[in-house]
Amino acid sequence: MPKRRKPKLAVWKFASCDGCQLTLLDCEDELLALAGEVEIAYFLEASRAVVRGPYDLSLVEGSISTPEQIEQIHEIRRQSRFLVAIGACATAGGIQALRNFADVRGFLDLVYARPEYIKTLEKSLPASAYVPVDFELRGCPIGKGPLLELLSAFLNGRRPNIPNHSVCIECKRQGIVCVMVAQGIPCLGPVTQAGCGALCPAYRRGCYGCFGPMETPNPTSLGDWFLARGMASADLVRLFRTFNAYAPAFKEAGERYAEATDVDRSG
Amino acid sequence: MQKPRTLTVRVDALARVEGEGALHVRVRNGQVHELRLEIYEPPRFFEAFLRGRRLEEAPDITARICGICPVAYQMSACNAIESLLGLSIPGPLRDLRLLLYYGEWIESHALHVFLLHLPDFLGYESALHMARDYPEWVQKGLQIKKAGNALMARIGGREIHPINVRIGGFYSVPSRKAMLEHREEIARARDSIVEALRWMAGLEFPDFEEDYEFVALYHPEEYAILEGQIRSSKGILIPVSAFEEVFEELQVPHSNALHSIVRGRGSYMVGPLARFNLNFAQLAPLAQEVAASIGLTPPVRNPFRSLLVRGIEILHACEEALRLIERYEPPDRPWEPVEVRPGIGYGASEAPRGILYHRYRINADGLIEEAKIVPPTAQNQRRIEDDLRKMVPRWLSLPKDQITWRCEQAIRNYDPCISCATHFLRLELQELG
Repeated sequence: MPKRRKPKLAVWKFASCDGCQLTLLDCEDELLALAGEVEIAYFLEASRAVVRGPYDLSLVEGSISTPEQIEQIHEIRRQSRFLVAIGACATAGGIQALRNFADVRGFLDLVYARPEYIKTLEKSLPASAYVPVDFELRGCPIGKGPLLELLSAFLNGRRPNIPNHSVCIECKRQGIVCVMVAQGIPCLGPVTQAGCGALCPAYRRGCYGCFGPMETPNPTSLGDWFLARGMASADLVRLFRTFNAYAPAFKEAGERYAEATDVDRSG
Repeated sequence: MQKPRTLTVRVDALARVEGEGALHVRVRNGQVHELRLEIYEPPRFFEAFLRGRRLEEAPDITARICGICPVAYQMSACNAIESLLGLSIPGPLRDLRLLLYYGEWIESHALHVFLLHLPDFLGYESALHMARDYPEWVQKGLQIKKAGNALMARIGGREIHPINVRIGGFYSVPSRKAMLEHREEIARARDSIVEALRWMAGLEFPDFEEDYEFVALYHPEEYAILEGQIRSSKGILIPVSAFEEVFEELQVPHSNALHSIVRGRGSYMVGPLARFNLNFAQLAPLAQEVAASIGLTPPVRNPFRSLLVRGIEILHACEEALRLIERYEPPDRPWEPVEVRPGIGYGASEAPRGILYHRYRINADGLIEEAKIVPPTAQNQRRIEDDLRKMVPRWLSLPKDQITWRCEQAIRNYDPCISCATHFLRLELQELG
């Protein structure tokens, strides 16, 4: 049988903390086996050896936040058969998308003596805002299990089996006592996509939305329920505006409660 | 006689570091004419958007500055805010924090030693290339790393951006039985690192020594990691709250991270070498013993030997983790109650790469009004450039690709975490060449 060419894997970084690409290096038991199945053609965090494109699979970490990065993501798209965005930054703009709700120039003045040197886009956006993306792996950070499932699906030419239901379902399956029902702790589990293994409820805290909105969520129904039980609308805004603040469903919820907060203050 | 050399070394995208940086060196007639470690990692504005957040959110938000050392951010944030609130974290809760932090040291150091730095010494492009000839060492390195990650996941919920840390303690605490399960794996990691250290000590280390100003935390009772005073090899001994009086951050046009200096003096070094040299006597006995047996005694002034010092710190972390696990009993409550108090809180801890300083101004509602974060790589950045400025002239007889290789290796001595260093800003990119 003729030897099959190993598919070429590239890992790219935009504005991010490096945690999602680190997840690949954290697969300590699988890393060397993976290196046997794919050609790691571009992965600067791990190797100075660079193989030119085109690439069979590009994993993209980080949000697009500078003019050069717009050009770069287009170039990567041109060079890649499959492009998968990994993590909250690449799929929703990340925590740095909090700038999208403010005047970015104001931010620069706050932290920097010479803001005129600085070049940055008004908004931090996901890869999909600029190029077609073949698949999105959620999470802040992504999980090892889903990453390995994605790579295995790619190698076997099938669709990755990644759930898009809520954390609640994951939580119930594990038999964890509901922190909201039992202890009255606000939890974003009902509107957040599964993938973490219901980690926060397992540790007796409320979910804070690392994996972003689930498919067809109803965040304002949940938010109104929190409001009715005494949560301040300003805290509700903060709850929706963290690592997936610019994911559409969370963005809308955040805006709605931000308006409510302004009305409270003025009135 | 050979004509003095003129050349340009350019590394447009540094590999095997966390984050995005480039190196530009111009040598004219045997003199370093220009040398810039350029950090072009885009800004993420953490200090700006921490304003208006609740103090309870600081550990979760600042963790996202760095996927490699999130616990360092969580600990420095807790440290700063708890010192303002007058909260002290008692016995077993403090032990758990130490254990979580040792997990991160083991994970981060093993990543750097075996996957990022070691390939330089053996002439490989990456650990994956190295694994073809040295599979046993790469495997061992990965297993050590895994032991650290497992400890973090147990206490923190997951390795990257742990979810279990809160101001005052933890959301929930593990049982004694759960902690005891880690003993075997950590003991194996300890044995592997001792073996690896004996082997690595025989590698060739480029010849270079420098009279550094080493800066590290100092704690009277332990090899400082969670907290302490700031001490230097040139006479500084100050509380963390005086950090900004003694150290200064400068803006340079070629880097998106600020450069730190000792006011009126210049660059300094934080990280494993600084800790080892200043606090050697507080290392676990086995770590001291192994260090001595491989000829590693303070002061170590050759930055390339940081490879070995990281190994010694892995060993120390394993030993301490085993000791703390042995005495661990779950505390009565997972966290100490938090009562908001307005004011300014200062905190620092020893991230794997060195001192990580946080300052927060908190108002009466418990909201953060101002935040300042100084990560270790920003502090080392000027020092890295100073090293290279002295090293490059000595290497001018080498072929250019060898000079480039050594420059990269010298930068990796510091295990730079560029994602950390550039947590807020971006400068215009200068076209190289």
